[in-house]
Amino acid sequence: YGGAEPQKYERGSATNYITRNRARKKLQLSLPDFRRLCILKGIYPHEPKHKKKVNKGSTAARTFYLLKDIKFLLHEPIVNKFREYKVFVRKLRKAYGKSEWSTVDRLKDNKPSYKLDHIVKERYPTFVDALRDLDDALSMCFLFSTFPRTGKCHVQTIQLCRRLAVEFLNYVIASRSLRKVFLSIKGIYYQAEVLGQPVTWITPYTFAHDHPTDVDYRVMATFTEFYTTLLGFVNFRLYHSLNLVYPPKIDGQADVELKPAEGKEYAMDSESYLEKLSALSASLARVVAPTHEDEVEMDEFPVEGETAEQMDARKKEQEALEKHKKLFEGLRFFLNREVPREPLAFIIRCFGGQVSWDKSLCIGATYDVSDPSITHQIVDRPRVEQQVVGRYYLQPQWVFDSVNAKLCLPVADYFPGVLLPPHLSPFVTEQEGDYVPPEKLKLLAMQRGENPGDAGGVSVDEESEEEEEEEEEEENDKEEEEEEDESEKEEEMKLKKMEEQKTQSNKVRCPVTAGKLRLEDKQRLEQEQQSEEKRLAIMMMKKREKYLYKKIMFGKKRKVREANKLAAKRKAHDTAIKEEKKKSKKARRA
Amino acid sequence: SPVPPWPPAAWVHLLETVSPALTPLPSAPLQDIRNTVGNIPMEWYQDFPHIGYNLEGKKIYKPIRNKDELDMFLEKMENPDYWRTVQDKMTGADIKLTDEQVDLVHRLQKGQFGDVHFNPYEPAVDFFTHEVMIHPVTNRPADKRSFIPSLIEKEKVSKLVHAIKMGWIKPRKPKDDTPTYYDLWAHEDPNSILGRHKMHVPAPKMKLPGHEESYNPPPEYLLSEEEKLAWEQQEPAERKLNFVPQQYRCLRAVPAYSRFIHERFERCLDLYLCPRQRKMRVNVDPEDLIPKLPKPRDLQPFPTTQALVYRGHTSLVRCLSISPSGQWLVSGSDDCTVRFWEVCTARCMKTVPVGGVVKSVAWNPNPTICLVAICVDQSVLLVNPCLGDKLLYGATDQLLESYVAPEEERVQPVQWATATMEEHSKGVRLVVQHSKAVKQVTWHGKGDYFASVVSDNSNMQVLIHQTSKRWSQNPFRKSKGLVQCVLFHPIRPYFFVATQRYVRVYNLLKQELTKKLMTNCKWVSSMAIHPGGDNIICGSYDSKLAWFDLDLSTRPYQLLRHHKKALRSVAFHKHYPLFASGSDDGTVIVCHGMVYNDLLQNPLLVPVKVLKGHVMTLDLGVLDVLFHPTQPWVFSSGADGTVRLYT
Repeated sequence: YGGAEPQKYERGSATNYITRNRARKKLQLSLPDFRRLCILKGIYPHEPKHKKKVNKGSTAARTFYLLKDIKFLLHEPIVNKFREYKVFVRKLRKAYGKSEWSTVDRLKDNKPSYKLDHIVKERYPTFVDALRDLDDALSMCFLFSTFPRTGKCHVQTIQLCRRLAVEFLNYVIASRSLRKVFLSIKGIYYQAEVLGQPVTWITPYTFAHDHPTDVDYRVMATFTEFYTTLLGFVNFRLYHSLNLVYPPKIDGQADVELKPAEGKEYAMDSESYLEKLSALSASLARVVAPTHEDEVEMDEFPVEGETAEQMDARKKEQEALEKHKKLFEGLRFFLNREVPREPLAFIIRCFGGQVSWDKSLCIGATYDVSDPSITHQIVDRPRVEQQVVGRYYLQPQWVFDSVNAKLCLPVADYFPGVLLPPHLSPFVTEQEGDYVPPEKLKLLAMQRGENPGDAGGVSVDEESEEEEEEEEEEENDKEEEEEEDESEKEEEMKLKKMEEQKTQSNKVRCPVTAGKLRLEDKQRLEQEQQSEEKRLAIMMMKKREKYLYKKIMFGKKRKVREANKLAAKRKAHDTAIKEEKKKSKKARRA
Repeated sequence: SPVPPWPPAAWVHLLETVSPALTPLPSAPLQDIRNTVGNIPMEWYQDFPHIGYNLEGKKIYKPIRNKDELDMFLEKMENPDYWRTVQDKMTGADIKLTDEQVDLVHRLQKGQFGDVHFNPYEPAVDFFTHEVMIHPVTNRPADKRSFIPSLIEKEKVSKLVHAIKMGWIKPRKPKDDTPTYYDLWAHEDPNSILGRHKMHVPAPKMKLPGHEESYNPPPEYLLSEEEKLAWEQQEPAERKLNFVPQQYRCLRAVPAYSRFIHERFERCLDLYLCPRQRKMRVNVDPEDLIPKLPKPRDLQPFPTTQALVYRGHTSLVRCLSISPSGQWLVSGSDDCTVRFWEVCTARCMKTVPVGGVVKSVAWNPNPTICLVAICVDQSVLLVNPCLGDKLLYGATDQLLESYVAPEEERVQPVQWATATMEEHSKGVRLVVQHSKAVKQVTWHGKGDYFASVVSDNSNMQVLIHQTSKRWSQNPFRKSKGLVQCVLFHPIRPYFFVATQRYVRVYNLLKQELTKKLMTNCKWVSSMAIHPGGDNIICGSYDSKLAWFDLDLSTRPYQLLRHHKKALRSVAFHKHYPLFASGSDDGTVIVCHGMVYNDLLQNPLLVPVKVLKGHVMTLDLGVLDVLFHPTQPWVFSSGADGTVRLYT
């Protein structure tokens, strides 16, 4: 009685969600436009708790958005721009079809365009929010800036990406905020600390891409569209935080130096500007001329509830950071032409070093190979023909490892043609129970200021090897002797047997102290008892807790197993190498 | 001999290009052998003896070429004109080029004009000068339309004017001169942050690379051959690493990563397609999950070590029972014997062959009677083991003999018979013959009544017998399922019947059902009652042990899953707060089960010892467990044919 029966799925979670298709229809957008909108506005699907209820009884796989999100999209100004653009394309096509060129021109002049400023502001209400989400933006911009200027996307996008990426690199150099670098097989990872936020990005190695066919470049381009806007605003703000001019200008003095001497044009002005900037060799112009007294000593305010020890630790950390920032100060590097110029120049400049390269390689070279003040030359060849005295010839890994170790590593391991020590990831912080590679242990010891691992360890190894060799020699001698006097062999055998028997009987007589054994037994017994108690207690756990406990323990055990596996592998590898060495030594001796 | 300055192959090619000039050869042979086939690929004729047709329509035959390699070579060496001899493709004839032709070829090769007399550098003569002259070139008068205003243009202009008036054509938009980038976050207003921003779940960052991703990783991170193979066979989504770790000698040798764009693209897809959710991660110290229980050491005494093994049976020992004094133990086995043991010495005092598999034995709990009930096939034997005090077992015999049969025979569900002489000598006194196989027998605490369970499906499953009157009765009118075991309450007149999933409690005086306990198990195997009478434990074949507090509820107070396999038997100790369970996994677990007298405190259950010793035989471990009546000792009988005592 009284009204219709309440329909199903008109209340509760079914009304909070909307499928993608219905959302699209509600917004009156095509699927690609809807996708663009979602990407730009950062709207993502939601997984309902009760999928079947939301799906109105059906179990078909569907993507659900929150209805609130879609309603939020409804009054977004760029939705209208999308529609305008659609109309514009239609008009343009028509004009082309009729060959009305003046109309085409007119239409092109009035091409609808939209700005993403408000979306950036809305998605990242504070600057820190934007910095936190900078990782993907940077990686994407660096990738797009390496694309060829033809085909996959607009040239303007690629140029913009390149510009923004170079601007960001220049900022990192100016603020000296690079912290970690890592040469991986995928590309080069960098981690900078920008205003206290860690920002990580990856750049591919500079090779031509073989563009995959199963990648939708439209999606990537939409992301890039948003990311370039974001990165532009972030760069602006970052430059202003350092009192630098934006768009960046090269310092007046350096600008003069960078001009090609012969007076011939290097490139068009617009291009040469970016090239000079991307050379990363010149410092940037400041709004206010820098004075050295600018660096005000920070006053120290003790944080409440902080003990003196903590304060000390903080102070030490601060000092270490300052030291790290000036890692390459006073060093002059020269990059050979086979070395990737941009990453190395970037890293060296980030840590205060001076860097140059061959003039024909890139604009912005400040000194020549023959410059006697060069302290390090980065080389990636098996050997160097003409070595200049007074400088180290090093492989590029030295720069990366030194940055990660926060100290200039001993150069001996990195000479050209030498088998390099493993390159470790600076992003791994081993917890207790994790496997730590021996190289890392050595490095940690070095950072603590100890230096026994390197010299001591090697010498011990060598000694032991030598001893072993000596033993072997003795054995060889014995064999020779035996061969010499075969006639006496039998007698010797008999003697030996007797001797052995005697020694064995001696061994049997050797007394064993009973007291110690008992002690061990007690301990063991106690341990056993404890473990049994634990086992019994585990039996009494509730089902759910037991499940959780078993899961946690399984995870722990797996971790231990993996660590053990790695350790075993390393051990096997080391022994194999040792034996090989021994063999080669023997062979040499023979 | 003259060596040709260029290879002859080049010659032929050249000839093709200049052939129209060559065809009307002035030094053509007498016979005109022009081919009429036209400009066709000559290889169409390669299988024919002729090469085409002449002007008269006759076949032109290919010239006979019978020169072998050697002849060719000789000709090449000897013929001075060899270098200028080419083969006409159309006729197949050899043609010697004249001097003019050779000259032409030379010129063409140098990229000069073919005609010797052509001068490419003749002076240019302007027909029309670039200067505007006063006189027109033509004498044509100007068009009329050149000085009359155009109507079409007028119309167009008027249209445009109209459109401008109507506002259809707008002037060009002024160029937007605001800078593309400015300080967007100049005024960070906390109030302008949208409410929905608080609900926003930021996308998780990409995982940072580990050592294995390095271009020169430590050697232990490289995959061995088997690992590589396993990696390749895994589904791409299941792989722990999405790349194979690799080692390069130097940075120069590192190639481009082919899946770089893919990975970025996948990240993009994740960002806008993956549902995001905040998940609470359980961050518990596993040690905190372990319940804090009293230490077993504080709960002593309980059996801890195996003390004695009673050997003698040759097959599974299914059942055990102990005399009320605790001096004698009886065990029944599948080898058709019942053995009586002295507990302290593990000596077998007596072996009674019964001629059938012994399913159950039960020693009379009355200390003044020495009688054991044994289930064999379809009968229950009441055996006087003649152990211990002679007065005692003599009195028992006397008691049995003093029975006077009632005058009128009553109809009974079973038959009572006195043993034959032969049986009597073995100790059997009475035989209670059932209609079906008997599987369990249990005594009432007073020692006069005993109950037996028949494996049947009818209401005749449970029978209660009275020894003194040799009288049996069937308490139930209806069958309530397959009865597994029955039990008398130690103090009150209650009777427990365990079916597969329920335990029913009957009041024998009122003859009614008082309670029905849900065991939450699939199949109950055994049951034991606390000497206080308020708690029951049930073992089940799905390896659970259910503890019931009869005062609390009809559901188990606690369900213990200590064993890994089916429970066969459970037992309570008479005095100590102990209970034990024996299972197919070969272990006996002894638990401390403290029942408090005040009703507010719930029983405390703590497992105190796992006893091992029985060898697994036929996938069976422990078949029966039993506590010593006075000592904290536990007996267990196993499928390996032994009985073990743990003290």
